[in-house]
Amino acid sequence: MDFTFSPEEEAFRKQVAGFLEKEVPAEYREKRLTFFDMSAQHDWIKVHRAMAEKLGEKGWLSMHWPREYGGQDVSPFYRLILREELSRYHSPGYDSIGCGIVAPAILLKGSDEQKKRHLPGIASGKVMWCETLSEPNHGSDLAAIEVFAKEEADCFIVNGQKIWTTNGHFADWNALIVRTDRAASPNYRGLTFFLVDMKTPGITVNPIINMAGHHEFNEVFFEDVHIPKENIIGGLNKGWYVVMSLLDYERTTDTAYAVAGTYIEDLAEYAKQNNLLDSVTKNRLAQLVAECEVARLHHYRVTWMQSKGMVPNTESAMSKMCGFECLQHVAEFGMELAGQYSQLADGSARVPMFGRIPSIYLRSFGHSLEQGTSEIDRDVIAQRGLGLPRLR
Amino acid sequence: MDFGLNEQQEMMQTMARDFLTGEYSDKVLKAMVKDEKGFTPELWKKMVGMNLMGLSLPEKYGGVGDFLDLTVVLEEMGRVCFLGPFFSTVVLGASAIMEAGSDEQKQKFLHGIAEGKIIMTLALTEPSAKYTADAIQVRAKPQGNDYIISGTKVFVTDANVADYIICAARTGEAKDPQGGITLFIVDINTPGITCKLLKTIAGDKQCEVAFDNVKVSRDNVLGEMGKGWPYIEKVLQRANAARCAEMVGMAEQVLKMTLDYAKERAAFGHPIGAFQSIQHRCADMLIDVDGSRFATYQAAWRINEGLEAGREVAIAKAWVSQACRRVMNSAHQVHGAIGFSEDHILHFYTKRARAYEFSFGGVDFQLEKLAEHYV
Repeated sequence: MDFTFSPEEEAFRKQVAGFLEKEVPAEYREKRLTFFDMSAQHDWIKVHRAMAEKLGEKGWLSMHWPREYGGQDVSPFYRLILREELSRYHSPGYDSIGCGIVAPAILLKGSDEQKKRHLPGIASGKVMWCETLSEPNHGSDLAAIEVFAKEEADCFIVNGQKIWTTNGHFADWNALIVRTDRAASPNYRGLTFFLVDMKTPGITVNPIINMAGHHEFNEVFFEDVHIPKENIIGGLNKGWYVVMSLLDYERTTDTAYAVAGTYIEDLAEYAKQNNLLDSVTKNRLAQLVAECEVARLHHYRVTWMQSKGMVPNTESAMSKMCGFECLQHVAEFGMELAGQYSQLADGSARVPMFGRIPSIYLRSFGHSLEQGTSEIDRDVIAQRGLGLPRLR
Repeated sequence: MDFGLNEQQEMMQTMARDFLTGEYSDKVLKAMVKDEKGFTPELWKKMVGMNLMGLSLPEKYGGVGDFLDLTVVLEEMGRVCFLGPFFSTVVLGASAIMEAGSDEQKQKFLHGIAEGKIIMTLALTEPSAKYTADAIQVRAKPQGNDYIISGTKVFVTDANVADYIICAARTGEAKDPQGGITLFIVDINTPGITCKLLKTIAGDKQCEVAFDNVKVSRDNVLGEMGKGWPYIEKVLQRANAARCAEMVGMAEQVLKMTLDYAKERAAFGHPIGAFQSIQHRCADMLIDVDGSRFATYQAAWRINEGLEAGREVAIAKAWVSQACRRVMNSAHQVHGAIGFSEDHILHFYTKRARAYEFSFGGVDFQLEKLAEHYV
């Protein structure tokens, strides 16, 4: 048992912090933007990409990959430390879909050729990704998706609509799951996983603005989109297994507890400056600190499992839920703490904290929906983790 | 970072689990709750034989293993809702002696504890039921070569069966209430001590101990005169981490009980565990059990390593207490009426969890301590 980081890991943290101290745009730090709401900045995509390339140059986006694919074979705790520091310094630049989800899926299920083709782009920070899973009629019940890819001699032709595609408006590549066998029973045996160049003719992306006013997700239309057969990952009609392992990673990629932890400190500072630090507020802040710490430990457990070569599954679901729900609780507390002032948006007279309070709060409604709803997480924990029977 | 148990800890876990499963059935628990002493000499002897009493004590005083080994065993004790003066003796008594004792005192008391010959406890709380320094009002006045202790201690665990009580008393007035507190090792048979067993809902043995001009020799002062509070804080840290370990074990067992029931009990043609409303409760229970275990072991690990652990202990106790409440509440709901009956074992866990939550500082107290680290 050991609840500290190794001296090498601590040294890496210092190195990252020193770098971010110099490189993160002043405005992002001054406004104390979070990973989940910085996309509202007018220059975000440009800054995000530039920062990603800098992180890529350092080799930090791929540190925990095997050496043969450009990694340094270090433990996944290095990735976690990087994300903690990015949160602490309010830095953009981490493509959590490319680095956090697609890369592990390719490493796990991709062919050698696919690894050589796609991993360097992700490691360099130059190629950014989106994933198209949900459809207008199918979200949580992912196995029922209908967008169809028809097999031709040398390719598949995709037609249909995907939705809630985060970063679809600027991503270079797309991880797509579609139906390739309509007769398959059970239905998840008829799905195939493709990697798709977003510049392929026939793809149209339309923005969807969320209730916080941010443009993060999109709807993506596929009209006779030709995808070469070599872009299949994990085999024809075996996409479900890729998605399942991908979701285990997706649930661990975003360190929401770290965002929550930084925001708790901001709120404590706000309370102090505005004479709001009575015993009730102190008590509630401490309660959030405790919740955040437990979420952090859930996340560390998952990362520890990954470092030991174990594949976390229900543990990922627990960790994701704890982190995101903690962030929701902190976000709600921020609204209560600021009271009347919490309704003032960025740009308003008398707005505190550059409008972060309502921005983080409104964005937080998505946290129990993204990457699998909390309900699906609880299903996973109960059925796969605790062996409770499925209702048939 | 390492969340795993090492070989020795795994061995301790298996040994303790096998032993307790064999010796501490639900029937035994029910009997011990009703029993005035809360334990039998036969079981105590067996525990001594397994070296459990020496857990976390230094080897040169007959001890074995470290605080993490003790944590592992306490978690197993929690699983069976163990009663008896093990915690009072090994966690409270031994910790105080280890922290503050002279070599002579350690020789006598730690050896005695490790050999199972001495049962000890700590008398800290008074009628105010607070765990702050200002709450210590029991006085000890010098008289020749002795001290005379007067006042009342409440919620003293296992004092009814203890051989010695470590009593925290005020020996001087200082501006800072943390000053002027001294620890005394008091033989329970000293004239002037009256011990009354309180009737608690959980049936755990908590006492009111009245000191009426109790004469204690200077030799029985534990640690430095007037500087007892820092020792108490150290003991409280260990006590709280240890309580958390017991609560984690209790929550684990209650989750197991609940899952067994949910898989077996049928309604509307299905096991009730197939219904999402039940499944989601159970999922939340597992999240609470695991999170509680991490927070507990983080605190225990820091104590074991000799690192500053105040923040982590406060987090653990505040969180585990609340998580345990949620786990117990959900267990009752899933069990339905059967879990509401006196016959069923569940309520023993529910009641004990509340007792443990309050011991050594409840949720608000811990949050207040935690806030000191942040604001």
